[in-house]
Amino acid sequence: MSKLRPDVTSNDHIQGNVNASVELVEYGDYQCPHCGRAYPIIKKIQKKMGDNLKFVFRNFPLTEVHPDARMAATAAEAAGAQGKFWEMHDIIFENQDSLNYEDLMGYAESLGLDMDQFEKDFNSSNYSDRVDIDFESGLRSGVNGTPGFFVNGEKYNGIWEDKELLTFLQNKVQELQHH
Amino acid sequence: MLEVGTKAPDFSLFTTPDQRIELNQLKGKRVILAFYPADWSPVCGDQMSLYNEMLKFFHKQNADLIGISVDSKWCHLAFSKDRNLHFPLLSDFEPKGAVSKLYGVYDDTTGESKRALYVLDEEGYVRWKYLSPVGINPGADGIMDALDEMNSKK
Repeated sequence: MSKLRPDVTSNDHIQGNVNASVELVEYGDYQCPHCGRAYPIIKKIQKKMGDNLKFVFRNFPLTEVHPDARMAATAAEAAGAQGKFWEMHDIIFENQDSLNYEDLMGYAESLGLDMDQFEKDFNSSNYSDRVDIDFESGLRSGVNGTPGFFVNGEKYNGIWEDKELLTFLQNKVQELQHH
Repeated sequence: MLEVGTKAPDFSLFTTPDQRIELNQLKGKRVILAFYPADWSPVCGDQMSLYNEMLKFFHKQNADLIGISVDSKWCHLAFSKDRNLHFPLLSDFEPKGAVSKLYGVYDDTTGESKRALYVLDEEGYVRWKYLSPVGINPGADGIMDALDEMNSKK
């Protein structure tokens, strides 16, 4: 059974309740159509579960098949340096077909980022290195395609479409409450 | 499958329409043999595309990756181009599946290789093996752990 390596830390991008009993980690690729389909599903799950869920996003760009994916991931990380990781993450998934350099710069501008700083960060290896570190952690965790999900550190091999993942997570909450 | 510690049998298979690869030529390097059922699996995170992203991790560990299926060299050529693969795919085509059989990973009912992994050391001995359920992409964590363990035992 593949396990998440390393565990989630405060360096990760975390949404929701950091102390929630159930933690969902997604390894995703901004240019992957399946991740694009998963994006609104995750949003719905977050809404339904509220404080019962901690959600984490890690980068797993498959650059040979998705040539803009690593650059998009770097842009989200650079936006994160100004506290706007999730805003950038959302814009990128909502505009999956337009991820060239100018597009990404435009999204950064629309978020009201300090553009001089953003451009510097976007082009520095600090943030692309972070993407690569995520990618390697995904490989070590046994991610075999995107989106790759982990629930409380264990690889989730079930279906994520429709209600299956939500049901799985809700059952997990129940299960942990009874212990 | 071959047991850990056995010498991996030599073979020579076509990788492009006019070029063969012989296992013994790779002595001095670790070799990852990835047997898989067929080219053109329909998902974007398929096993070969995933490994294609990892070549630099493998090379850091002095390891070469080789994919093997019963598809023809022409099929491999097209698949490799389409997925932008930067490692060789070998064609276990004639006699069909002979190398897969030699390595104990041929599926008689489908006429394809099973989804199986071997990691060979620099001398060509099997150091790790894994048979995956055919529909499940085994990812790369097992290979990476095996390579790390080989380093620690040196």
